[in-house]
Amino acid sequence: MPDPARLRVENVVLTHLDAAYSLARWLVRAPHFAEDVVQEAVLRGLSYFASFRGEDGRAWLMRIVRNTAYTMLAARRQGGQAAEQGQGLDGDMVRNLPDTGEGPDAALSRLEDAARLEQALAALPIELRECIVLKELEELSYKEIAQVTGVPIGTVMSRLWRARRALLVQEGAAGEER
Amino acid sequence: MKSGESCDEIRLLMQADVDGELQAAESARVAAHLGTCPACAELQTRLIALSGALRRDVPRHRAPGHLREAVRKRVGASEVGRPRSLRRWSTGALAAGALAAGVAFLSLLPIRDAGPGINPDFIVASHIRALQPQHLLDVVSTDQHTVKPWFAGRLPFAPPVQDLAAKGFPLVGARLDHVPGNAAAALVYKRREHIIDLFVWPAEPDESTAGATGTREGYNYIHWWANGMIFWAVSDLNARELAEFASLWR
Repeated sequence: MPDPARLRVENVVLTHLDAAYSLARWLVRAPHFAEDVVQEAVLRGLSYFASFRGEDGRAWLMRIVRNTAYTMLAARRQGGQAAEQGQGLDGDMVRNLPDTGEGPDAALSRLEDAARLEQALAALPIELRECIVLKELEELSYKEIAQVTGVPIGTVMSRLWRARRALLVQEGAAGEER
Repeated sequence: MKSGESCDEIRLLMQADVDGELQAAESARVAAHLGTCPACAELQTRLIALSGALRRDVPRHRAPGHLREAVRKRVGASEVGRPRSLRRWSTGALAAGALAAGVAFLSLLPIRDAGPGINPDFIVASHIRALQPQHLLDVVSTDQHTVKPWFAGRLPFAPPVQDLAAKGFPLVGARLDHVPGNAAAALVYKRREHIIDLFVWPAEPDESTAGATGTREGYNYIHWWANGMIFWAVSDLNARELAEFASLWR
């Protein structure tokens, strides 16, 4: 008879797999590495299922993904490999851009802005990047972000603020160049 | 001149306001400051624009198919045996202890009832089940005049159907669902990439649960009652926009 806690964990893992992968992708910034992180996180999640207390399953899984990503990034850095790569605009990103039906010039300008924004986000320090990704892309609440990142809500708020200020400054600088 | 509060003091509050984290009273404090401080008002506009640009232009990556398949296999395989790492430790006692702890915990779960036989856990579970491939929609249509007649003959009642595409919540289709004791209509809407399920079935009003909102498993829900029908809206959409959806519907 399978353990009900196990079944819940398996359900959580499959339900929130996209969120888990997207977070891993934004933390390690490389598609294949992100897949390794998710696979490892799933293994850990299945092993630690007894620690799952039936709280918010998404936050629980994302916390494991986040911690796994940190561990694997540190291991890579120690191994002397290039820890992070792929900061630029990748093929996925271009395909994911919405077709807004604007004229070619406006569309190109939007594409440039979007690419610049993605680059600026990817270039943020990891502790700021994870907060803004969890807030804006995953739409988590402050409380949930605090659970995932393991810091107090006040710290989440100040990190979000620093992240946004950095993105706004970058955006302002780009505006002046034109 | 600014009244009372300094800009530095107000900034984190203003951000929390943009993020939908403030109660009405605090929100009013922010509004009062913005009314007297053009610099902060401009900053708020830029914060809102940045938030919109991030949500619109930055990709939320989807798990590739082969990764989903690998995870599904791993999860499925472990249903039979114990997970690899536990087996490696070969301490059956550990697994048995964990199992006992899990069962003990379940028996301590408080019963969170939000109506006669229906609670948010059940609604959220139905929503999650529907999100599995091929479970979401029985009829695909963005036209309320197609969806409403589709229910005729399939349900013992006629659920109200409306399209909110003009308000940013397009109807994408519907399906039949079940709640304890009732067949229910599930209307499916989208907001950006987020799916909203709206469960509807006829029932007597229960004042104790009207207007209930909350979160389970990272999904937000809102519950209301109107014209002899019970409504439950469930989504991973943020609580503020889900509330907007509910108020448009009502």
